[in-house]
Amino acid sequence: MNLLLLFISAAIVNNFVLTYFLGICPFVGVSKRVSSAVSMGLAVMFVMTITAAVTWLIYHLLLVPYQIEILEYVSFILVIASLVQLVEMFIKKVSKPLYDTLGIFLPLITTNCAILGLALFSVLREYSFIESLVFGIGAGAGFTLALVIMAGIREELELSNIPKPFRGAGITMIVAGSLALAFMGFAGLISM
Amino acid sequence: MAKKSISLSKEFLKGLWDDNPVLRMLLGLCPTLAVTNSAINGLSMGLATTFVLLSSSIIISLLRKVIPHQVRIAGYIVIIATFVTVADKFLAAYLPEISKALGPYVPLIVVNCLILGRQEAFSSKNGVGRSIIDALGMGLGFVFVLVVLGSIREILGSATLFNIQVLGDWFNPWMIMILPPGAFLTLGLLIGLGNWLNERKVKI
Repeated sequence: MNLLLLFISAAIVNNFVLTYFLGICPFVGVSKRVSSAVSMGLAVMFVMTITAAVTWLIYHLLLVPYQIEILEYVSFILVIASLVQLVEMFIKKVSKPLYDTLGIFLPLITTNCAILGLALFSVLREYSFIESLVFGIGAGAGFTLALVIMAGIREELELSNIPKPFRGAGITMIVAGSLALAFMGFAGLISM
Repeated sequence: MAKKSISLSKEFLKGLWDDNPVLRMLLGLCPTLAVTNSAINGLSMGLATTFVLLSSSIIISLLRKVIPHQVRIAGYIVIIATFVTVADKFLAAYLPEISKALGPYVPLIVVNCLILGRQEAFSSKNGVGRSIIDALGMGLGFVFVLVVLGSIREILGSATLFNIQVLGDWFNPWMIMILPPGAFLTLGLLIGLGNWLNERKVKI
């Protein structure tokens, strides 16, 4: 039951994008089409889940026993970078069209703060292995959710008449603000 | 990409406005939105980022001929992560309150696209001198936006600026401004304002 709460909390109540501002770059960059938003979201979710597991193992089996926690950031980012490379090669092999749609944003998952943020949060909150795994899946689902909603709104926005200076990034931020406002309604649903 | 003909002062100034990392290039948005609930947080985040940007620019421009092209990104990230660890431990030791307020966003400087972007686009192709100027300009441009954003949100959200009360009791603080939606709304308006000013400048 606790795990279910943790999942909902990570996905909705404390949505990574809308309350922690993690992963804003792809949120602005890949949210023009619903279809590419879905695949980007799934790729991030996949990387997040594996990252949560691998960084937990590295932190608790390698860094803590040898008392080299100071290498936390360096080792985490290396693990994430290699994982992203792996996912990139995998997607290129399995689905070329998907690879072309995601384009530059695939390698950029490395510098997606949501991934490193996830690893840091699970260390900070002292999650167990299973908990950080669930936390990873939940955060990934939340990211996908926010990205897809945003892409849906932006497809509609293309048809509307927006003042010129606000076209592009400006209006995206303002829409994100209203979305964040809506997600605040979930606060208090679960108190963790 | 900067050409050799651009003067050093232009190199410096472009970071402040024309190529402002946040308003024009939309880099480093995560910390921009996350820590600007007060002006002091914005300032310290901006300075920490500038420190990391400057130090890693120096190292990377010195090593630009040594690092093999294929593994450059991984190399850059390790250098950046090292300096972030330095900044993080420094803040925790000397400014514990600020370190606490910024929380996990200090280690997250590692993945600030602004820093990696400048290494890839500038330091890996230019000498040390130019890289220092570029890093300082970009860093100051970043600090500038963070402080402006932090000030607006702090004044409207808690009626204070740098923890000093600036608005009288008649003002009812807009709680929303220091909560996440306020960050998005303020930044959206700022980006719009930046674009509008730029357009007018071009017309005149």
